[in-house]
Amino acid sequence: MSETLDKPAAQATLNVVGTRPIRPDGADKVTGRATYGADYNMPGQLVGRILRSPHAHARIVSIDASRARALPGVKAVVTSADFPDLASEMHDGGEAASNLRDLSLNVMARGKVLYDGHAVAAVAAVSAAVAEEALSRIKVIYETLPHVIDVEPAMSPDAPVLHDYMFTEGLETPPTVASNIAKRHKNVRGDVDAAFAAADVIVEDRYTTQAVHQGYIEPQACVAAWAEDGRCEVWSSSQGQFMVRTYCAKILGLEISDIRVTPAEIGGGFGGKTTVYLEPIALALSRASGHPVKMVMTREDVFRATGPTSGAVMHVKLGALSDGTITAATVELKFQAGAFPGSPVGAACMTALACYDIANFTIVGWDVVTNTPKTAAYRAPGAPIAAFAVESAVDDLARKLGMDPIALREKNAVRDGTKASYGPTFQNIGYVETLAAIRDSDHYKSPLKPNQGRGVAVGFWFNIGGESTAAIHISEDGSAAVVTGNPDIGGSRASMAMMAAETLGVPVERVRPMIGDTASIGYSMLTGGSRTTFATGMAVVQAAEKVILDLRQRAAKLWEVSLDHVVWRMGQAECIDPAKPEKKPMTLAALAAQSGRTGGPISAQVTLNAQGAGPGFGVHLCDLEVDPETGHTSIVRYTAAQDVGRAIHPSYVEGQIQGGVAQGVGWALNEAYIFDRDGRMENAGFLDYRMPVASDLPMLDTIMIEVPNPRHPFGAKGVGEVPIVPPLAAVANAMRGAIGVRMSSLPLSPPAVLAALDGKGG
Amino acid sequence: MSKIHITTTVNGDPAEFLASPGMTLLDALRDELGLTGAKEGCGSGDCGACSVMLDGRLVCSCLVLAPEVEGCRVETIEGMAQGGQLHPLQQKFLEHAALQCGFCTPGLLVAAKALLDAHPDPTEVEARYWLAGNLCRCTGYDKIIRAVMDAAADLRQERTA
Repeated sequence: MSETLDKPAAQATLNVVGTRPIRPDGADKVTGRATYGADYNMPGQLVGRILRSPHAHARIVSIDASRARALPGVKAVVTSADFPDLASEMHDGGEAASNLRDLSLNVMARGKVLYDGHAVAAVAAVSAAVAEEALSRIKVIYETLPHVIDVEPAMSPDAPVLHDYMFTEGLETPPTVASNIAKRHKNVRGDVDAAFAAADVIVEDRYTTQAVHQGYIEPQACVAAWAEDGRCEVWSSSQGQFMVRTYCAKILGLEISDIRVTPAEIGGGFGGKTTVYLEPIALALSRASGHPVKMVMTREDVFRATGPTSGAVMHVKLGALSDGTITAATVELKFQAGAFPGSPVGAACMTALACYDIANFTIVGWDVVTNTPKTAAYRAPGAPIAAFAVESAVDDLARKLGMDPIALREKNAVRDGTKASYGPTFQNIGYVETLAAIRDSDHYKSPLKPNQGRGVAVGFWFNIGGESTAAIHISEDGSAAVVTGNPDIGGSRASMAMMAAETLGVPVERVRPMIGDTASIGYSMLTGGSRTTFATGMAVVQAAEKVILDLRQRAAKLWEVSLDHVVWRMGQAECIDPAKPEKKPMTLAALAAQSGRTGGPISAQVTLNAQGAGPGFGVHLCDLEVDPETGHTSIVRYTAAQDVGRAIHPSYVEGQIQGGVAQGVGWALNEAYIFDRDGRMENAGFLDYRMPVASDLPMLDTIMIEVPNPRHPFGAKGVGEVPIVPPLAAVANAMRGAIGVRMSSLPLSPPAVLAALDGKGG
Repeated sequence: MSKIHITTTVNGDPAEFLASPGMTLLDALRDELGLTGAKEGCGSGDCGACSVMLDGRLVCSCLVLAPEVEGCRVETIEGMAQGGQLHPLQQKFLEHAALQCGFCTPGLLVAAKALLDAHPDPTEVEARYWLAGNLCRCTGYDKIIRAVMDAAADLRQERTA
């Protein structure tokens, strides 16, 4: 291993990192050739379809599939009886642990259905038409039960209880009665009561948000094939082929190595594809039928049965001295988990006050099950929700103090050496620099027009590292293949190729990045937590350094000099032995051409568990304009600044920031799950679940601040999640400025804005 | 239900397939003709990922019945690059990093080409409204709009040159 492994590369001489080459997978994606989950077919495959619960909460009395099985062309029907009844067991999948029993029960209901859309049976048939006819022939008898959708009613002692075995964790006194409250999180610092008593100014409010979906455009899709020897193949679109493999093995009771998962191109995930829905069912149908089975969700399935993130009810109280020092905070967060425990309320508690250095606070979070789809990760899970409440309150505090909202945040900002509200001590963070960038921007100094308002909000996300594998194989002509185990959602192949090219000293076009299947590359945690460019990128750089060491050894052998007398510079080995001045440098291509004579193929693999992911901070500035006649809101200008560590491919970093802003604006203004009285989702389609379209948004300006992370060879920090944290509050604070009324419930849809305007007049 | 024999032109070449009466053009392209560039994001005409040209008109192929295309001209993303050369819109999408996951990209390119064929000099607002039928969840549209405007400028220059 070369000695430069843990040191940041010499930053002054970067040739590839920081440039903007065309992405290596680009041509396939602009020509329609790229193969996504639903684009893959196997010979002889059947079509799989799922029968879903029409009830929000019901006992399954019986399932009679005999008339479906009798239909010509139906090859298999499966229910929960075809899956092992798993014991409760936590599995650490990286970002968040999952209970395998809950995962299995979510894939296929057993005994009870817990939400509208919960899978109860599945069929495989020779065509979609036959499969759908078969579904209509399955007779399920339900005994409907009272249901509960919203978080506060679900916490009530007289609420219908989803799981009679669930007792609240995290209380001082363990409860003796089952309830829908899965867990209480609590984090306390200092003496909050005394601090409030001594405060000069106090603000407080109650905030609500609705469940929203990740909204990836590609519905979940897979093909699964079970062979007679028990060996399985799965082709699917997910954020982690190893995650799919592990979960399928656990849910079906198989050996992990009996399943090979090949990752398809993924058409967006945003956290929503960090779990399985279809793959175990497709495998079970394939086992029962003896044929490969293809399953593709409809958009309605996606809304009713996957994602979303939590709806929440929050209470925030802040106390400050008249000079703007925030001295006290209480934050209470109540989050919908959906049908099984595991809302992102824990992360929301950890991030809620992470931008602030506050001496006294109490943060309490409640994880509450409800008769809604089990929540899945959604980009910085939990953080945007908590930031909506806290940043709205900070904005109100600035108004009450008569302070500039950025000055107030600067006064209370965390800095290097500050002990974070969630525990560790910050190092190498670029938060105050990011605040300053917005403060000094032209945008912040520009005037507003009538009916316009301006909002500032900040956001934080941890970012993670974790386990990754990377391999580099050098071809005979000196070109390189870089193989990793992380699906590329937003352009990570480009950054892998660039980091390899930078390290090897070759043009990026000579490096071809690829994503291996589970049998072709070592384990990697899924693509999530903004970890890929940081952790997998670190593995790629180390693999490249291993290749360089090998090349130096080969050159030393050819030149008959010591290894110390061979250096690797600009893509070639150079002899610095003063005794052999005649030795001309040897390029990677020249060394590769004679690899057969110097020890065989040139190839290196590195596995690691990356630590030291640098946390990210973002500061957003939003101008909006309200039409007082209709309540319609237009975003007229938006600037997002973020500490990105170092942008490997700046265009795709900007793209992450812009994409996060757009999702956050949709969350703030329009998006929400709407349920009818019976607990059925009423807007399970893109027409009624209104995500931002091109005409809803202006250009989204970005400012990248580069405070390098010394733990990464080029200084990278995770960038993908931070940008969705501030927008909800940035929009709400701009709305406060535009209409003079604090709107504390999302979404800020036209009827809600009109009601707020009416309330102000009356 | 007997199938209907359909004869059509796809990307300039004659094509034939058998369609059940309820089959969509999208399913015919993907499942019968093996052209999987058009994507199904919703099946209800709300996302535009399945955009194709039908006799010179921009349509969501999930909303067209396959039997309707008898005798028609269908153009898909697979026909946009000519002779191994990317269309300027495809090239600009790459240069501007106007795609992330790439799933909406074929539909956006087909829709953007329809825009520039009809309106070679669109304003930013016109481009935004023309493309409002194509959902992208990754990019926030910024780089897509820039790529389309840049391609439009290049194409205008090409025409006058």
